[in-house]
Amino acid sequence: MLKLNHVSMTFNPGTVNEKKALNDVSLHMAPGDFATIVGSNGAGKSTLFGAIAGSFWPDEGEVILDGRDITFEPEHRRSNVLGRLFQDPMRGTAPHMTIEENLALAYLRASKARNAYFSRVTKQDKADFREKLALLDMGLEDRMTQPVGLLSGGQRQALTLLMATLVTPKLLLLDEHTAALDPATAEKVLALTRDIVAERQITCLMITHNMKDALGLGNRTLMMDSGRIVLDVSGDERAGMTVDDLLARFAANAGKALDNDRILLSEMG
Amino acid sequence: MTSFFTLAIVQSALELGFIYALVAMALFLSYSVLNIADLSTDNCFILGCAVGSTVALAGHPILALPAAMLAGVGSGFLTAFLQTRLGVESILAGIIVNTGLYTVNLAAMGFSSNLNLFKCDTIFTMAKAALEPVIGSWYKLAVAAVITLAAAAALWFFLGTRLGLSIRATGDNADMVRASSINPAYTITVGLCISGSLTALAGAVLGQYQKSCDINLGQGMVTIALASLIIGETLVGRQKLGLRLSAAILGSVIYRFIVAIALRMNVPAECLKLVSALIVAVAISSPQIKVLYARHKRKAAARAARKGGN
Repeated sequence: MLKLNHVSMTFNPGTVNEKKALNDVSLHMAPGDFATIVGSNGAGKSTLFGAIAGSFWPDEGEVILDGRDITFEPEHRRSNVLGRLFQDPMRGTAPHMTIEENLALAYLRASKARNAYFSRVTKQDKADFREKLALLDMGLEDRMTQPVGLLSGGQRQALTLLMATLVTPKLLLLDEHTAALDPATAEKVLALTRDIVAERQITCLMITHNMKDALGLGNRTLMMDSGRIVLDVSGDERAGMTVDDLLARFAANAGKALDNDRILLSEMG
Repeated sequence: MTSFFTLAIVQSALELGFIYALVAMALFLSYSVLNIADLSTDNCFILGCAVGSTVALAGHPILALPAAMLAGVGSGFLTAFLQTRLGVESILAGIIVNTGLYTVNLAAMGFSSNLNLFKCDTIFTMAKAALEPVIGSWYKLAVAAVITLAAAAALWFFLGTRLGLSIRATGDNADMVRASSINPAYTITVGLCISGSLTALAGAVLGQYQKSCDINLGQGMVTIALASLIIGETLVGRQKLGLRLSAAILGSVIYRFIVAIALRMNVPAECLKLVSALIVAVAISSPQIKVLYARHKRKAAARAARKGGN
């Protein structure tokens, strides 16, 4: 589904702030793969997402999604088939527009016809939105005409997740999307994520700093360091792993211990 | 009431209110919705007036309106192009276009600084023939109101479509628009084109209304329209879309009544710009003033309490 071939990216080349954020990264995700990504601060996790989503053009290499070379495709065009969630719950929704209007915009990705631009939200659409919102189990289906700005961070993130998957994307990018939420809400949004991804077999990449989630969610774990993928485990090898095993493997491959000031090593997360 | 306000004064305030409401609606779109201070408004207004008057002088007063709107679309497109594609700061883009339009406006008026339409047909003289027997001297108001209300209804409908929704989202959260696979550069361009066409339409209607067009007619138009918009929003609140559009019209009418009262009380016409500047400055800064005042009160209260404790 997703192929990265030898992707490299250097920020601020030729200055004192030069930073090789991606260093010859190659990655192949099969359809339905759900990989978690862990790594130190500045390991290149978010930069990897940037290259896939089109926030910048990589210096070298190519990004291929479902057989289509999207390396130089504008960001807004890729979002047709890409869903992306950020750590900040405010980034995915328009606060002064109603829940219904936000959903209508997300739904626009589905409409291929040009005249979709001039279509209004129909009663049928509203009924659909209502049904989907009810699945979140947050009571949002009764607040559809309220501005999104009135919702809590967790509710906004759940809504963003719904919007990103309203039309099933070919690839879902989750950039620590529960890190800014309180533990109970984070757990809920994570459970929603797990259900939606599993139910629709969405190919998914998820950055996390929770080591338990890194092993417990999905079918594959990637670890990054200094712009490289230093560890890629899946299948039986992964099934028998503990957090300590993972850290030991990371240290062996990266030549140093995992260093992330927000990493959660405990089982409490 | 009757002694202070003659019928003619009330009528002309309403007429002008409806005509200038088109500019307030244009700013509603660019300033309130898209969050862009479009400073090309002043000369875009005159562009509409110049193009509209020239076409009306050629004998096509009705065609003058779409012609002016088309010119306004061009002006809006240029402003948008500079800021979305060429990376010019949005305020500067408006100023640049505003400056350039001055020459364009003169050219549209045949390089004369004013035109007069006293000898040609206008939409108002045409309406007079048809409507005066029925509604008397209210025919001018009927024309202005029909045009403005039609534009408001069209804008209301448009902002409820998916393209309209994405324009509204652009001012709110451009990231999200991009995530909905729409280019924000595109939505800004469409928004400013519509805003420009409304401003120019106002110019064209005003030109035919007062039967003249002057190169300096639009001076301070952006401030006046903002004042109207703010007056309306203060009274009606920032609720639903339809209400907010009505607020722009209401604000514009109220502004014209304020002007009428001022003129009736012999305030010199030259002072009105200062009044509208003050309205805008006070209204836009009022949230910050409230914060400062609340802080001052808290500090004073804390000081008083400390003194009491000693």
